[in-house]
Amino acid sequence: MKRLPLLLLSGLAVAAMAACGGKTPETTPAPQAANADSLAEAERLRADSIARAEREAKEREDAERRRQQQIADSLAALGKSTEAVRALLATMIHFDYDKAIIRGGDAAVLDQKVAILQANPGLRIRLSGHCDERGSDEYNLALGNRRATAAKQYLVSHGVDAGRIETVSYGEERPIASGHDEEAWAQNRRDEVEILSGGENLKQP
Amino acid sequence: MRAVGRTGGRAVGTGVLLAAVLTAGPPVRLTAQDSSAVDRGVRIGIVYRPGVRPGMVVLPVHAPALDSARIILSRDLDYSDRFELITLPGGDSIRVTTTASGARPPAAAAGRTGGGGAAAATTLNYPLYQALGADFAVAVAPASGDTTIVTVHDVAAGGVRRELRARLPALKDPGFRLAIHQLADRVLEAALGVGGTAATRVLFVMDGKVYSIDQDGADQKLVSSSDHQAMSPAWATDGRRFSYMEFWEGHGRLFVQEVASGKRAPVATTGQALDFTPAFSPDGKTLAFSRATEEGTDLYTVNIKDGCCLQRLTVGRFYDNLSPTYSPDGQRIAFVSTRAGLPQIYVMAADGTDQQLFAPFDYGATGSSNAPEWSPDGQTVAFHRDVGGTLQVFVLDVRTRAVRQLTSVGRNEDPTWAPDSRHMAFVSDRSGYRQLWIIDVETGRIRPLLQKSGARLPAWSPRLPETASSTP
Repeated sequence: MKRLPLLLLSGLAVAAMAACGGKTPETTPAPQAANADSLAEAERLRADSIARAEREAKEREDAERRRQQQIADSLAALGKSTEAVRALLATMIHFDYDKAIIRGGDAAVLDQKVAILQANPGLRIRLSGHCDERGSDEYNLALGNRRATAAKQYLVSHGVDAGRIETVSYGEERPIASGHDEEAWAQNRRDEVEILSGGENLKQP
Repeated sequence: MRAVGRTGGRAVGTGVLLAAVLTAGPPVRLTAQDSSAVDRGVRIGIVYRPGVRPGMVVLPVHAPALDSARIILSRDLDYSDRFELITLPGGDSIRVTTTASGARPPAAAAGRTGGGGAAAATTLNYPLYQALGADFAVAVAPASGDTTIVTVHDVAAGGVRRELRARLPALKDPGFRLAIHQLADRVLEAALGVGGTAATRVLFVMDGKVYSIDQDGADQKLVSSSDHQAMSPAWATDGRRFSYMEFWEGHGRLFVQEVASGKRAPVATTGQALDFTPAFSPDGKTLAFSRATEEGTDLYTVNIKDGCCLQRLTVGRFYDNLSPTYSPDGQRIAFVSTRAGLPQIYVMAADGTDQQLFAPFDYGATGSSNAPEWSPDGQTVAFHRDVGGTLQVFVLDVRTRAVRQLTSVGRNEDPTWAPDSRHMAFVSDRSGYRQLWIIDVETGRIRPLLQKSGARLPAWSPRLPETASSTP
């Protein structure tokens, strides 16, 4: 929510700068007017100034149009980026059997989440730990809890405020792969990320 | 069930059949156990038949209204695994009492039968049933009004052991089955002097909901009332309440539900954490449970009588403590701890002191051990352990700390004791899919409790109280 006005402002600033850039050549002849004293010269200058005023009015209109267009564009871009960031944030990490240690390859996935959380200070998430069906049903709640906590500790140790991350475990109760082989098990041993709040508009890190 | 003709009879039953075969000349084929060719010389074989049980006949009922009662009763006695149920020749069609009275009635029986036995089969042909291998005979007969008389005959002694009277609810009454089950337990008590398990129900989880079912596999009912995914049902020892856990928006909440009314209440102090595996203390005042936080999983107790006084029993920090189960005297709690790496079975005093290893294991060799449940007689703790990548049910002897593997076929997990500390329900995939089974630990006899895939986390009730007319 907080991000939107800020982004709109920056959009305005960009538009204003663009308008200034377009006007600069027109203002350069102005100093000549000081040396002119003939009536004809004055008339010419007056006509010029009228024309210039008209031109400037038109330019202002154009600038306004461009500004509107830019806002529309940036909003669309913003929507696109929110989707992309969400997808990035939802990338799961996976674990070895009966382990809650972050794999080397998954550190990069978590680094991405750190960057997203830092780029979007209003974002709060919930990490849920999951297990495959092989272990004991109830023990898997404790194991899933350790998996969620392990990811949280990684994020916190990389500078994310602990208060922005909740953890939960579903044990083996919510599998995403229904098979009974290593491939399915490997998919099910995972941490998922769920957005709790602040996920309406997300900035790319 | 077994057909008539107890070949071998008592001689085999007492244990040892010694067969010494002296062969001279051509080889002789032994027909007993070993069908392989026998070499010349002396061959001694020993056949051991453990636990041959007394024979039991449940006599046919002439009143058609009582026939379903007789069938339930008969099955309960069979499932007690204390008797060999004997099917009469010609099935149930013969008219037992009239046949019997035609023969010579034993004087002893006639003399001992009380006045109320008029409606019951007082004149049983004891020698006939003895010849059929029966030690006991049970007759179900209507008496005046809605009273039913169940007569337990001691065939060996040739007399009536006991007459049991019960007021049976109507066939369609929800309390009908429980009333019969309670009769079956009384028959067992009359015949052998031991408590039964007929009047019990098993709670279990299927598709995220809690169900209950009679121990004979009938009358399955849904008992959890919300759409939240549920786990870990557990009985209070009075059989009037049970507890279970539900997932609520990323938390695990515990509930205590009344059997009779179906009303439930959230357990105080839970709700913001992931609380799971509830276990009632034997006095019913305290609920022990596991709580998972960012510090790990630890054991807590809460006073459910007054809804207060959360107490922490373990401080894991770098390991987990979960799945508490009280000893029947309420003094100790067995639980699972990962303090040595893999989860193993530990024990402590009920206040959290004196924590120590319970079920011994070889470090690095023994697999994970989980889901302990203390037997109602206090002598054993059942649990499951990872053996070669699959789970098997084990029993720990509390006194000697010896561990015995109970199952070996397929994957077997989450054992729960029947009140007789002899039967056990557990989850097994031995039939191809995971379903609930019941094993008699003494004889190894096994039967399916529920032939539905996905049923798990069973919790066997204590003997259910008489007043619980509408069981869950």
